Amino acid sequence: MSKKDLKLKIDEFSSAVGSFKGVEIEIGRIYDDSWEEPMGPTPFPSVGTLRNWDRKLLDRYKPFYMPFCDLCCLCTFGKCDLTGDKRGACGITMAAQQSRIVLLACCIGASTHCAHARHMLDHLMEEFGREAPIEVALNTNVEAPNIRLVCGIKPNTLRDLEDALDYVETQLVQLVAAAHTGQEGDNIDFESKAFHAGMLDHVAMEVADIEQITTLGMPKGIPDAPMTELGFGCIDPNKAVIMCIGHNVLPSVDIIDYLMENDLFGEVEIGGLCCTAHDNSRYNTRAKVIGPISWQLRYLRSGIPDLIVVDEQCIRTDILIEAKKLGVPVIATSEKSMLGLPNRTHDPPDNIVADLVEGKAPGALIIEPKKVGEVAVKTVLGVAPTRKDYKPLSGDDIQEMAEHCRNCEECVRACPNNLPIMEAVQQAAEGNFELLGDIYPACVGCGRCESACPENMPLITFFNKGAEERIANEKFPMRVGRGAVQDVEIREVGRGIVFGEIPGVVALVGCANYPKGGIDVAKIAEEFLNRRFIVVATGCAAMDLAMIRDEEGQNLYERYPGNFDAGGLINIGSCVSNAHITGAAIKIANIFAKRPLRANYEEIADYVYNRVGAVGVAWGAMSQKAASIASGCWRLGIPVVVGPHGAKYRRNLLGRKEKDEDWMTYDARTGEEVYTGPVPEHLFYAAETAEEAIVMIAKLVMRPNDTTKGRAVKLSHYIDLHKKYYGTMPDDLQYFVRREADIPFTMKNEILEYLKEKGWVEDKIAIPDPTLLDRMVRRRE
Amino acid sequence: MAARMIPGQTAEIAGPKKAFVIPKPEVAASLIKRAKRPLLVVGSKAVETQTMDGDLIDTAIRLHNTGRLQVVATAHIVGEFMKRGAEGIHSMQMMNLGDRLRDPDWRGLDGEGAYDLVAFAGTLYYLEWLVESGLKSFAQDLTTISLSRSYQPNANWSLGTMKADKWKEVIDVIVKSITEDN
Repeated sequence: MSKKDLKLKIDEFSSAVGSFKGVEIEIGRIYDDSWEEPMGPTPFPSVGTLRNWDRKLLDRYKPFYMPFCDLCCLCTFGKCDLTGDKRGACGITMAAQQSRIVLLACCIGASTHCAHARHMLDHLMEEFGREAPIEVALNTNVEAPNIRLVCGIKPNTLRDLEDALDYVETQLVQLVAAAHTGQEGDNIDFESKAFHAGMLDHVAMEVADIEQITTLGMPKGIPDAPMTELGFGCIDPNKAVIMCIGHNVLPSVDIIDYLMENDLFGEVEIGGLCCTAHDNSRYNTRAKVIGPISWQLRYLRSGIPDLIVVDEQCIRTDILIEAKKLGVPVIATSEKSMLGLPNRTHDPPDNIVADLVEGKAPGALIIEPKKVGEVAVKTVLGVAPTRKDYKPLSGDDIQEMAEHCRNCEECVRACPNNLPIMEAVQQAAEGNFELLGDIYPACVGCGRCESACPENMPLITFFNKGAEERIANEKFPMRVGRGAVQDVEIREVGRGIVFGEIPGVVALVGCANYPKGGIDVAKIAEEFLNRRFIVVATGCAAMDLAMIRDEEGQNLYERYPGNFDAGGLINIGSCVSNAHITGAAIKIANIFAKRPLRANYEEIADYVYNRVGAVGVAWGAMSQKAASIASGCWRLGIPVVVGPHGAKYRRNLLGRKEKDEDWMTYDARTGEEVYTGPVPEHLFYAAETAEEAIVMIAKLVMRPNDTTKGRAVKLSHYIDLHKKYYGTMPDDLQYFVRREADIPFTMKNEILEYLKEKGWVEDKIAIPDPTLLDRMVRRRE
Repeated sequence: MAARMIPGQTAEIAGPKKAFVIPKPEVAASLIKRAKRPLLVVGSKAVETQTMDGDLIDTAIRLHNTGRLQVVATAHIVGEFMKRGAEGIHSMQMMNLGDRLRDPDWRGLDGEGAYDLVAFAGTLYYLEWLVESGLKSFAQDLTTISLSRSYQPNANWSLGTMKADKWKEVIDVIVKSITEDN
C-alpha cells in the first residue's frame, strides 16, 4: 500500500457554473492498495486491541514483582507508601505501581527508537526523496515483517514508512497517558500496555533500519558481510582520532564522506562506541568499532580521542566535563542532547572550527549532519597536533594518589558489582597494579566509584593503568551487521526450527551491564554455537562476544559462519536491527508455514510462541530501550533471559511448571484442550549466573510443537548442560519428556529410571497442533 | 555487635518499612530455631565468601547437618554441595524460589508445606535486595532474615553491615547456637 497526499490548487477557473479564483483542495491521503493479501483482523491495533492475547500470556506467566522503590512520588499527593497491601492516595497498589513503571520504561524505550527513526526519515526523505524505493535484503519479498504484521501495510517507499511511524507516535501518546494519576489501575492491564509499547518499538526499529539500509548502502542481509576491526588496539594513535558516541549514524556518515572525499583517512581515524560504531562499520569498514557504550568513560580516559562527536542515546551526560579533562572539544548533533552548547548550525564552518581548535568554546551544537562532517574533520586536524604531548596519569601519579585512600569502602558500596576497588587501590599505593588490572574486565564503567570517593580519585583511569598491556592488545575482527535475514534463508531453516531439529535460535542482544564482564556473553555464544544452535547478535553484545580468542588465536566471528543456519553466528547490527530478529520469527510463520501475515498479530504470535524455539538473551540489559525491545519479544511469544541486574526492571514473568492447569493448550485439529507441559517455562527471567542462564536458555527453546526427534535433541542439550554446570541431572524432566521416543537415545536407561521414580506417565503430555486461540481450532469433536 | 544500618550498596535504601538490625547473633539463631519450617537460601557468592568453616558452602553444610533447617542452593551451585558430599540439598533458581515463596499455597521444596522463615546468605547483594523487596510486599506472613555481611533493608531482620572478620565470628556463633541445641 502506498499513500499519497493530494493537493489541488486552482489559481483561476471559469465554467458554466461560475468563476473561481485561488481555490485549494487538499485530501489527506489516497490509499493505493496494491498488496493482494487480504487485510487481517487487527490493522494498526489500538491500546486494547490485543489485550486478550496479552492476558492469555500473562495468565501463564504471572508477574513476580520486586519493587525497586516502595514509594510512589509521581504526584503531589505523595510520596505514598505502597508497601504490602497499602494503597496510594489515588488508590494504586504496589503491583500496579511496579507495572506502571515498567510501562513508562517501555514507552521511553520505544519513543527513543521512534524519535531516532523519525529524525533519520525526515533527513533521508529530504536527501533521497520521499518516493525512494526501499531495499532491505537480497532474495527477500517480505521486506518489513513487523510493519506488515502490525500495521497491515506493505511499504514500498520511504514515504510509506512514515505511515508506520505516525501510528507508533499516536499509540505512544495513548500509552503514556495511561500512566497519569488516576488512569489505569490494574497491574495486568498495565502489563498489557507495556507489551503494546514493545510491539510498537519493533515497528519503529524496523523503520529505522530499513531507512538506513535503503539509503546508506549498508549490507542487505548478506551472510558474508565484511569484517571490521574492534577494540582499543585497532585505533592508530598516530592519527587524529574522532570518537563518535551514540546510536544515530547520520552525523558520522557525513564525517566519513568528508574523509573519503578529501582523501583524509590516512590522517584521521574515526572510531565509534555502541550502535553508531556498528552502523558506521556497516556504512564503511574503514570506520573502527572501539567498543560498547557503557565503557565510554574507560575509552575517554585512555586519552585516545582528539575530538568527541555525540549523537543520541546512552551517551554520558557529563561528557563535557570528561572532554575538558582531556582538552578536547565536543560536537553535539542532536536536539535530544544539546548539552547546553551554543547552536552553531548556521555559523560558517571555519568560524566554528577556529573556536574549537583555539579552545574558545568547549564544544558546539550542530544539527546539520553535512556541516558536522566538515567541522569535525577540520577540527580534529587542528586539535590533534596540540595534544601530541598529552599523557595519561603515570604509575607514579597513581601510586601517590592511592596513598590518600581513606579505607572508607565507599567505592565498593557504590560499585554495582561490589568489586574490590578499595583493596586494589591499597595495593596500588604499594606500587602493585595487578588487582587494578583484574578489575578492568569486570568493571561496567559506570564511574560511580569515582563519584563516591571522598578523595576524588579517577578510579576508572586507575583500572586502565592496571590493564595497560591488555588494552594495547584489544584488537579483534568483527563481522559487520548484515541486517535482515533473507527470505531464502528462512525457507531453508524454517522446518528445522519449527520441528525442533535445529535446537533453537539464541539472540544475544542488549547493553553491557554485566555482573562479571563481557566474557560471559562470549561464553554463552560459544556454548550454543558448538551445539549448532543459530546465534544472532546485536548491539553491545555483538561486540563483546568478539572479545575472546581460542588457543589458535581466533575469535567467534572467525570460527563460525555468518549465515542464518545451524552453527551460524550472525551479527545483525545495531539496536534498531533488533527488529530483524523478531522479523525472522515472524517470517518463519509467514514464509515457511504460510500463515497470513497482514495485520494478523495474534495468529502469528501464537505460531511463534508454540513453534519457534527462539530465546532472547540480554545479559547486560541496562536501558529503557532494552526493556521495550524485550517487551516486544514477549508479546510475540519469545521468552527473554536477562542477567541479574535485569531483575531491577522490577518484575519477572514466570511460569509455574508444577501447575498443570496453567499449561493447557488447544489442539487445533480437534478443539480439545490438552496438557502440553510447561514450554516455554518462563517469558521473562533474570538468571543469577551465566551458568544458570545457559541451562535455562536450553530449556526455554522447547515448544509444544516439537517433534519427538526435535524434543530429543533439545532435551539432550538441556540435560547435558545441566550436568555440566549444575553437576546433576535436571530434577524436572517429567515435565518435558512426553513419550519414550523423546528421550535422547544415549541417556535412555538413566532417564527412564529417573522418570519411574517421579511417577512419570507416558502420553500425559500431549503433542497437539498447538494454539492458545480458540478461533484457530479447525474442527470440534 | 557494632553492626550498622547502612546498605551494602550506597543507593539501595528502602522505603518506610526497613529491616530490624539483629542485635546479637543469638537472636538470629533463636529466630531460626523457633521457626517451624525454616529454609536457608545459599546464593552464588557462597564459594567466594570465607567463613570459620572454610567458605559459606561448608557452613551451610554444617547447618544442614543439624537437621534444623532445609538448605536450598540458588543458581548453579548445588554441584558445590555435592562435590563436598552433602546430600539432601535442594536446588532452585532465585527467581523461581522468590516466585514460589510469595505463594501461600506452595508446599515447599520437600512438598511438606509452606516455610515460615527464610534466611539468605551468600547472595548477590542487589538480587537478595530485590527478592526480599518482593517478599516484603507480597509474602507478608513470611519472616525473612538476611545473614549477609551488609545490611539488607528489605528483610524483616538483617545482621547489619560489619567488617569481614566480625561477620565470620557472628556467623560462627549463630551456627554453634543452632548446632549445640540440636
